[in-house]
Amino acid sequence: MDAIRTEALTKHYKVGFWRPRPYLALDGLTMQVGLGEVFGFLGPNGAGKTTTLKLLMQLIYPTSGRAEILGKPVGDVSVKRRIGYLPEQPYFYDYLTAEELLHYFAAIFGYAPAERRARAAALLDEVGIGAERRLPLRKFSKGMLQRVGIAQALINEPELVFLDEPMSGLDPLGRREIRQLILRLRDRGCTVFFSSHVLADAETLCSRVAILANGRLVTAGRLSEMLAFQVRGWELVVSGLNETALSRVQQCRHVGRATRLAEGRYALELPLTPPPERTLAELVGQGAALISLAPMRDTLEDFFVRQVSGAQPSRFSESA
Amino acid sequence: MKVIGHVAVNVFKESVRDKVLYNLVVFAVLLMSASYLIGELTAGQDVKIIKDLGLASISVFGLLIAVFIGIGLVWKEVEKRSIYTLLSKPMRRQDLLLGKYLGLVLTLIINVAVMTAAYYAVLAYFQAVSPPDLRASWPAPATDPALLTAIALIVLELMLVTAIALLFSTFSSPFLSAILTTAVWVIGHFNQDLRDYGATIPSPIAASIARGVYYVIPNFSAFDVKLQVVHAQAIPRGYIGLTTVYGLTYIALVLVTAVIVFSKRDFK
Repeated sequence: MDAIRTEALTKHYKVGFWRPRPYLALDGLTMQVGLGEVFGFLGPNGAGKTTTLKLLMQLIYPTSGRAEILGKPVGDVSVKRRIGYLPEQPYFYDYLTAEELLHYFAAIFGYAPAERRARAAALLDEVGIGAERRLPLRKFSKGMLQRVGIAQALINEPELVFLDEPMSGLDPLGRREIRQLILRLRDRGCTVFFSSHVLADAETLCSRVAILANGRLVTAGRLSEMLAFQVRGWELVVSGLNETALSRVQQCRHVGRATRLAEGRYALELPLTPPPERTLAELVGQGAALISLAPMRDTLEDFFVRQVSGAQPSRFSESA
Repeated sequence: MKVIGHVAVNVFKESVRDKVLYNLVVFAVLLMSASYLIGELTAGQDVKIIKDLGLASISVFGLLIAVFIGIGLVWKEVEKRSIYTLLSKPMRRQDLLLGKYLGLVLTLIINVAVMTAAYYAVLAYFQAVSPPDLRASWPAPATDPALLTAIALIVLELMLVTAIALLFSTFSSPFLSAILTTAVWVIGHFNQDLRDYGATIPSPIAASIARGVYYVIPNFSAFDVKLQVVHAQAIPRGYIGLTTVYGLTYIALVLVTAVIVFSKRDFK
């Protein structure tokens, strides 16, 4: 059983008053997310990430295609007992306190009053909401609301949690805490599906990612598979090289950028071809000593930009 | 069922924290001032005016709450996106809608109960200060329990208005919902005239439209027994029973329609 499975999931919106045309918010998304994975759902703004999450939460209905969560159709109440959801830029009843909000949601899950109190207190501790928990939510900053949002998504100890832009509105410390929280959830066996356009988060946390652009799935797979073989050159670090020797090597060989490091060391960027051995031999001949030689790989950002820049077809469907 | 209860309690909590119950203070002050003024003007001779004024005030204050909270019940959830988190919890869309409805009905009932207590307190005071010979001339005591019949039917009417406001709020803006709900309420009070008009006009098309509106729009005048109660006229039990069944059936139909509309909606 997959945690999430979608088959040709499509959502069109009618745009225009007099002659409405179907706008492709999501076009034929087919993907699977396995149990226990931390899955990154990536894409630029407007790519269709939130539309997908809303379809999975049945806040909107698909135009065609289907989706399952934990082996059951989306919207099944028994499935809702086993999942958590943090919407993008969450808003909660601002007349309630953080504590009351969590009690309310815990009550909907059917927990007894003592259990509600215990869960609310533990979760607010976990997301770093201290004495403010007794203040009305209208007094909360965006970052604090985000933390409350994460707490409410975990009130039922979900097996699968959907986080829409979980780092949004958080300061660097908050982002680090949420990253750690996601890793703790993974360690507990919880599947985490999170959308983000911050690639560093995905790179740190995800076992697999899907990249979405213009409502279409561009690619999906293991990050290691996507990036491992994308070696685009070499980084050579040497010491004992003087300026004259360096400029001589740069003139006659394919040496790219040279960055002067501390203690007389240089980092040299070499192209993938020719192989680095000859340049290295020449440098050693000039009196340099090898510190390190490492392949330079694509970052997720490079990969992302390359994938997304190729996906620019019209989002207006031809068929009405 | 428990989920509906939790949603309802939360709606009540919201109305308390949004200071909706402050209207009760306004009601009490208005009623007491008006009673004092009328007492001065009529030298305590006409308790009917106080009775009439009190029932009308309960009706108007209740109507204001039903319309102005009812139209925002669903709209606010959608507009502020709090519905996203709520619907991800183990509940169906109809649970949310019915919880919202019952929460507002609970708010209304508590409001009307407090207003009724204030109303009876004013009437009891009036009765106590009126001379015995004047009291003897009244067709019914000031604190006539029959007034409760009129109040019960006001509550039923408010429940129906709330259901209608909720229905409109499932698909339109608060402004439009307020206009539509008020229009239905006003037309509903003249429904009987509409039927009579339909029977007399020569144009068959106009007659069909009048008949159609008569059947679709609830007959709100059926819930209005204020005049009879104030004048101590007996209201047949059969009438009360039939009106209650009529009101509850209408409420059920309106809520079912609201659930159907709400269940099909996309929350973009």
